Amino acid sequence: MEASEAKSKKQGASRLCCLCNQRRPVLKRPKTLQQICKDCFYEVFEEEIHQVIVKNGLFKAGERVAIGASGGKDSTVLAYVLSELNRRHSYGLDLFLLSIDEGITGYRDDSLETVKRNELQYGLPLQILSYKDLYGWTMDDIVKMIGLKNNCTFCGVFRRQALDRGAALLKVDKLVTGHNADDIAETVLLNILRGDIARLSRCTSITTGEDGPIPRCKPFKYTYEKEIVMYAYFKKLDYFSTECIYSPNAYRGFAREFIKDLERLRPRAILDIIKSGEDFRIATTTKMPEQGTCERCGYISSQKWCKACVLLDGLNRGLPKMGIGRARGGVNGDHKKETKKPASAARSLESKQCGSLDF
Amino acid sequence: FDMACNSSGCESGGCYGREKENGCKVVDVKETVRLCVKCKSNEPMTFGDGGSDDGRFCAECFRSNVYGKFRLAVTSHAMITPSDNVLVAFSGGSSSRVALQFVHELQVKALKNYEASRDRSLPVFGVGVAFVDESAAYPSLSGGMSDAIELVRSTVLSLSPPEKDLHVVTIESVFGSESVEARDRLVKLLDSVSDETGKEDLLLHLKMLSLQKVASENGYNRLVVGSCTSRLASHVLTATVKGRGYSLSADIQHVDARWKVPIVLPLRDCVWQEITRLCHLDGFDSLKTVELARHPQSGINDLVSSFVALLQEENPSRECTIVRTAAKLTPFYFNKIPETDDSCVPMATQRRLKKFNLKYDGSMTTEAFCPICNGPLNGSDSSEDESDALYAACCSSCRFQILPQEPSSLDHFGSLLPHHMISQVKHHQKFDSQTYLREKIKDCLLLDDEEAV
Repeated sequence: MEASEAKSKKQGASRLCCLCNQRRPVLKRPKTLQQICKDCFYEVFEEEIHQVIVKNGLFKAGERVAIGASGGKDSTVLAYVLSELNRRHSYGLDLFLLSIDEGITGYRDDSLETVKRNELQYGLPLQILSYKDLYGWTMDDIVKMIGLKNNCTFCGVFRRQALDRGAALLKVDKLVTGHNADDIAETVLLNILRGDIARLSRCTSITTGEDGPIPRCKPFKYTYEKEIVMYAYFKKLDYFSTECIYSPNAYRGFAREFIKDLERLRPRAILDIIKSGEDFRIATTTKMPEQGTCERCGYISSQKWCKACVLLDGLNRGLPKMGIGRARGGVNGDHKKETKKPASAARSLESKQCGSLDF
Repeated sequence: FDMACNSSGCESGGCYGREKENGCKVVDVKETVRLCVKCKSNEPMTFGDGGSDDGRFCAECFRSNVYGKFRLAVTSHAMITPSDNVLVAFSGGSSSRVALQFVHELQVKALKNYEASRDRSLPVFGVGVAFVDESAAYPSLSGGMSDAIELVRSTVLSLSPPEKDLHVVTIESVFGSESVEARDRLVKLLDSVSDETGKEDLLLHLKMLSLQKVASENGYNRLVVGSCTSRLASHVLTATVKGRGYSLSADIQHVDARWKVPIVLPLRDCVWQEITRLCHLDGFDSLKTVELARHPQSGINDLVSSFVALLQEENPSRECTIVRTAAKLTPFYFNKIPETDDSCVPMATQRRLKKFNLKYDGSMTTEAFCPICNGPLNGSDSSEDESDALYAACCSSCRFQILPQEPSSLDHFGSLLPHHMISQVKHHQKFDSQTYLREKIKDCLLLDDEEAV
């Protein structure tokens, strides 16, 4: 290391960006604590994501790819960066925005406006699918009926299918979601705390559901939430930021707080958690349930009826407890367990705070 | 235990054992007279510590529950067999006090059986106690250290017959002596670790090394460590957040035979609440002053402890769930007692060990280990290009939090480490497959010239 570089590093608040050594640093990078300028930040941020995409073979040229777009910061930055990288590195992808309208007044209708603006800003065609059209129920209706317990279960199950249907409508080959490093680290911890070894073995996969209707991948797997916010802030990107009004599960909150404290002590710990998750010695003999199709709607299902149909049936019959917990009886009979959602398990679009979702 | 009825107003046909003599003594929540739910005859013990299960068991049943878990762990994992010589790591803390107590009681029972048997075929296992004085690393402890050691000594004395040797060693003994130089070297070593958590962890590794040294130098073949479920739950989380997911399953089993003297964890299935209650019950409170195990934690280890405490408040079985989840991870071949020369092991024991597959063939060493933490190395972690042998040999977690970040400081750091750690590091040339292969077939090569290949 050159003497001048070493000297300026030791002087704490360096006078120059430590990457380009030309411009004035304006931020401390959350992942590495390096003091860098705006342009270098954009560069490392985008380049790291590009490397993740390339090293993990996430896309093939000519693929039609739908971006799960909620209007939140993750999906907005994802749409922006992906279309930029697609151009810059000639991925050859046909990109689309896919948004799900769960019918939550004061929340979803606002964020949908953001996605509509994104469509214009980024020049990406947008498809919106609503629970109302697909299932005949909005989340507002559902919550009115069942209250605030288990509402997240309904939302998660419905969204998964909605995303797949939307993807089918758009005739895309792949779905990408904005799940970031913090989300995945949180999920690893939660699965340990809850004793779910099966999910623990799957939750760090960057691509899931290759054997299902539509594979999904997470290009932000190693991207820090704080850096996504920082990027959106500096780039002045348009996004909507509020939590789902139907109260997130308090349990994830524990893990979230812990990770925030951890990040303060040791920024790389978030990546270390993901690394641990990838390295856990878990026997790969967990039998996957046999994939069939739902008798009612034709969607992929390991039981007679898919989970969405079971839940819907319950709603329509005024029996909202059907399909929740270890419900017995019903179409799928006594052997129906908590649906072992196949690897193509849905991840909620943006409010990953939701509790009982498959993660 | 007796399967007695739980319903109120039962007829005698539903009860067993002593209830028949006394008439039906039922556990009826509505009545004011409450009885132990297990033996139904004694008054239940109330610890008043706000924990779960308070006031359900009498003192005897509570104790036998905990002791039962200990004994089950010992027998089902062949932790202690008649010909063994067992060293108990004693920190003065509650967990190791209970471990020591239980091992002593097991030994007393074995002695009783031995004296009662005609052929004296099963010898009584030996027990020793080791205490590590860490005041060189934590100067704040030095004030009370001699008193603490006295208390330890008197505790060990009280646990006889059978008599037990006490070995008090300083942490700097890992350097081969207990001199001022050794003490200084320890201080220098710790000072060269800039990460707080790394420093704490390095100290833990050194402590284990000193225990191993005492054990092997004094002829012990088992090291008993008092880690309970709660401690392991914290370890699961600290390992996860430090990127040690691969080696985690090695650390949390009942047996850890990576070491020269295999480590056994007989209290692995007991929770902290049980341990503290037992200490209270048996009057071990006096050792609270010797709670030197409670030296200040900072950094990540402390953050995780607080987090687990928070989770426990929200759900008292969280610690158990965490350890149960981690227990589903695949252990390593060395998480069983190793096969050794069995000539001194009684036939009956040999048969039982073979029958339940409790031992492994020691020649199956396929793992490489980090020289500092002794964690099994994940293949993907190794980098043969590394110019520094120590850096190349360590796991990624030790590289980050223990080794100095400046490559130029690595040599000096390596010189400060205890010989045992550094001796494993091979200062070899980059592996040359051609040379290696040639060595294997050279007796069949007709031409000396490599060009001919």
